[in-house]
Amino acid sequence: MSGWLARHLQALLFALGRLVRAPWATGFTVAVIALALTLPAGFALLVESASQVSDQAATAIDISVYFKLDTPLPAVQQRAVQLRTRPDVSAVQVITAEQALRQLQQDSGLAAALAALGDNPLPQVISLRPAVSASSPAAIDALRRELTAWPQVEAVQVDGDWTRRLTAILALLRRLALTVGGLLALGVIAVVGNIIRLEIHSRRAEIDITQLVGGSPAFIRRPFLYTGALYGGLGAVLAMVLLTVGSLLLATPVSQLAVSYGSRFALAAPGLREFGALLVAGVLLGLTGAWIAASRQLAALHPRFES
Amino acid sequence: MIRFDRVFKRYSSGREALAGVSFEIAQGEMVFLTGRSGAGKSSVLRLIALLQHASRGQVQVLGRDLSKLPKGQIPAFRRQLGMVFQDHRLLLDRSVFDNVALPLVVAHTPLADLDKRVRAALDQVGLLDRIQARPLELSVGEQQRVGIARAIVGRPPLLVADEPTGNLDPQLSREIMALFGRLRDAGATVVVASHDMALVHESGLRQIQLVEGRLADTGVAP
Repeated sequence: MSGWLARHLQALLFALGRLVRAPWATGFTVAVIALALTLPAGFALLVESASQVSDQAATAIDISVYFKLDTPLPAVQQRAVQLRTRPDVSAVQVITAEQALRQLQQDSGLAAALAALGDNPLPQVISLRPAVSASSPAAIDALRRELTAWPQVEAVQVDGDWTRRLTAILALLRRLALTVGGLLALGVIAVVGNIIRLEIHSRRAEIDITQLVGGSPAFIRRPFLYTGALYGGLGAVLAMVLLTVGSLLLATPVSQLAVSYGSRFALAAPGLREFGALLVAGVLLGLTGAWIAASRQLAALHPRFES
Repeated sequence: MIRFDRVFKRYSSGREALAGVSFEIAQGEMVFLTGRSGAGKSSVLRLIALLQHASRGQVQVLGRDLSKLPKGQIPAFRRQLGMVFQDHRLLLDRSVFDNVALPLVVAHTPLADLDKRVRAALDQVGLLDRIQARPLELSVGEQQRVGIARAIVGRPPLLVADEPTGNLDPQLSREIMALFGRLRDAGATVVVASHDMALVHESGLRQIQLVEGRLADTGVAP
């Protein structure tokens, strides 16, 4: 084993030993870090789950083109043929005024009232679905403007406006998760930094002696950095446990709620990718807090000849 | 080995601890640094160990002008020093072995070698049988000997001891001085700060005597 590796292993074991010898203090600190990591990570998972529903919905936008009442059916059918040749349109269906009226009579229960009307008040309609590649808000908007400009067209209605709102809300929530995550990350750095600061004070005599016998700043700092990294790593592991338990507990009720609204929304369970990201984040945050505290505190310490 | 050239040390409180002190200690020499409390002995030791810088004058130790030693080289410089403290400065939550091993650990000594050298150092101070004890389980004299074992375990070329026999009985004091003598014979330079004039006289070694921060004598002890 190389000397470098042995030194790091020694510092790691030393730091681990100190954490194990103070189980309560370690447990509370790890719990605080875990909560700070769980909140933004859970929020991010929720937004991620909702984003998948939003992405699916974005490809299912329907556009209804309402023609003026005097537009003859052959003209509408000609427009439909024209639309079917376009690459940005995936499906086209013509709904004649008669079909629409029949449908309305069946669905509304107002058959008698509708029959009393002399003329069919409903227009001819083309219902079309844009291709997936042309489902961006900008592409949909361009298509809507083009269709509205046709002389026989009375109105164009895009049924996917709600998906735009959902996408905007999700973007807002994503930004919110980042902001909250950033603030809580600063909290983790502060918590670890403060613990390391206190530990440096409590081990002042040991640091003094180590400096007097020629311990380098890196040698003295190393166990504190490992302590910070261990706090962060253990906090991430506990956060992962909390997230997994939380998602298991909520998965069924959330799915049932979504189904009652006709949605396929399902809460995403954290996987290996999320665990890796959380672990790296926890270790880096712990390390950062420890580094800041150790560098500042140790630079200010000078060995004393007398105790 | 050690050269003080018109060294002044004034503390921020305004107290002048050393006022133009000059002396030399040759390599392989063992000397006593004597003087009453407050005479400046500790200031001399602090300057040698680079715990402080001189306010004026030049301090050379192990061939280095300490005022010009870069900060990054201070740990390596201190690893060439063995220091014995009057108050032992032991780590109370570690075993005797761990305390003595500390200078070797910071010097990244291989484990097999470390174990051998710690045992040898403890054997020299007669504490091999207390290797797993904690400092608080030892008598004051034993604690002092652990401090001495820690100072000599790295076989430093320069040993600096502040009242190393202050807590020891006369017999043990003589044994410790004999140990320092053997280190000197092996080539180390030894500086012992002491106010135990009987011990100084008995040793027949040169003494550097300080009186109120000034050099009073650099001759041989009478």
